[in-house]
Amino acid sequence: MRVEQIAVFLENKSGRLAEITRILAENEINIRALSVADTADFGILRLIVDKVDAAKESLQAGGFTVGKTDVIAVEVPDRTGGLASVLDTANDAQLNVEYMYAFVNKSGENAVLIFRFDRMDQAISVLQEKGFVLLSGEEICAL
Amino acid sequence: MIWVEEVESLPRPGLESIQLKRLQLQVQRVYETVAPYRSKMDAAGVKPADIRSLADLKYLPYNTKDDLRDNYPFGLFTVPMEEVIRVHASSGTTGQPTVVGYTEADIKLWASVMSRALAMAGVTRGDMVHNAYGYGLFTGGLGAHYGIEALGATVIPVSGGNSKRQITIMRDFGSSVLLSTPSYALNLAEAMADVGVSPEELKLRVGIHGAEPWSESMREEVERKLGIKAVDIYGLSEIIGPGVAMECLHTDRGMHILEDHFLPEIVDPDTLEPLPYGEVGELVFTTLTKEAFPLIRYRTKDISRLIAEPCACGRTLVRMEKVMGRTDDMLIIRGVNVFPSQLEHVLVGIEGVEPHYQLEVNREGNLDTMSVLVEVSEHIFSDEIRVLEGLTKRIQSDVKDILGVTCKVKLVEPRSITRSEGKAQRVIDNRKL
Repeated sequence: MRVEQIAVFLENKSGRLAEITRILAENEINIRALSVADTADFGILRLIVDKVDAAKESLQAGGFTVGKTDVIAVEVPDRTGGLASVLDTANDAQLNVEYMYAFVNKSGENAVLIFRFDRMDQAISVLQEKGFVLLSGEEICAL
Repeated sequence: MIWVEEVESLPRPGLESIQLKRLQLQVQRVYETVAPYRSKMDAAGVKPADIRSLADLKYLPYNTKDDLRDNYPFGLFTVPMEEVIRVHASSGTTGQPTVVGYTEADIKLWASVMSRALAMAGVTRGDMVHNAYGYGLFTGGLGAHYGIEALGATVIPVSGGNSKRQITIMRDFGSSVLLSTPSYALNLAEAMADVGVSPEELKLRVGIHGAEPWSESMREEVERKLGIKAVDIYGLSEIIGPGVAMECLHTDRGMHILEDHFLPEIVDPDTLEPLPYGEVGELVFTTLTKEAFPLIRYRTKDISRLIAEPCACGRTLVRMEKVMGRTDDMLIIRGVNVFPSQLEHVLVGIEGVEPHYQLEVNREGNLDTMSVLVEVSEHIFSDEIRVLEGLTKRIQSDVKDILGVTCKVKLVEPRSITRSEGKAQRVIDNRKL
């Protein structure tokens, strides 16, 4: 149960993020979740969108370097300890988090946690064994 | 004071007859002992006996850094290795260094020309000479060192780096002469201000600066900040190292070439026709007396002009003007020769990196800095910061290993490097020289 995420290379200069969101808007692509990782010189924008291939192609056409990666989306109840329970499980299985970000779905009842682990297949089986709800890309877009 | 007045003030015909005799012997020797020279001369249809005047030099084939590379490392040496008592090396176009060798007589010759160069700057026995050129494979440090000793002055073999300690040594030892790259001289001036030592506390009188391009305004800055007379020195490892040409204290225009050992020509870099004195072109040298590694008509790629007018100092040696540029794309960064192609080689060597890059050179404060901009293609892109930072570190360390220069690496978006007519502009040199 993997979700496709696109990642975009961002040079640290003004207007780049605005340019990306403009391209996505023009192509009627909806952003479900995003995070920006940054260093002094560059950043990486990670996006979960409703139309992955269209987003990738339009950004490439706009001159951006775009990559596609698989991530895991875990749905947890939006209450104290929701994230901790997932991380405890990962820790017990000696999985490392490369990065993560989160958003709360529209109903406000559940939070969706996006993870990139060092060992993705193992992460999926461990989380499923422990009864966590993993969402597909379609499910995220339907939220 | 003139070190060897009988040579340096010779009327031109006398000097030229010495040059011709030495040239004939040298050509004969390389023809007999070095196969690449012999085949090149045979191909050009010229025999040693055809050299009957200095003007006949024009019949001899040129040599370039490529010839050195093709015969790497020792293929152009004229003597068996048992007679070579030292080698030096400088960086070459493909990451392969240019290797030069010296017999015992060559080391003595080098010490002699270097000591004559020092004498042109008024250095004498009793001077405390602070030698801040790097010691090692680079010819600067050791070349100057032996010349200082041959002159009978005191050498402080301090080499480069640790500016604060250098200032303490200059003050405590009473250094009167400074040998360094011009940018390092400015660096020392700045460090002096930091540690609270004023130029008046030092005995520095003269600075001898070379191994990198510098301007007249930089000279004024060095002179003002250190309270010294700053003079220019020229040399290249292929010819011998430092001590090929040197400015005297009587002129600000041009360096006297030690012509009794190094025969200069200026040629048109396109047609390769020799040009008369006064014209601007590529500087070409023939070593007249070197044993282990002589060079015939070596194209330096340096652009200069020869000045034949007599100098106020009394020397009849021709002068070469401060080098005005290069005929190739070589950059000199902190005394290190850097070719953009070397960088390309490093980048291609790193799996996945396409060589869409740009080299940016700046002078920050007094030191040259090099930044490498690399366009991030999809092959090297990762959604993980760790991976991209690992890539920049890898590039940085490979550049340091192969080019010998520390650089900053900046990853940039595709197509952000300026291209003109489809060809990327590889080098941006922002130094105001």
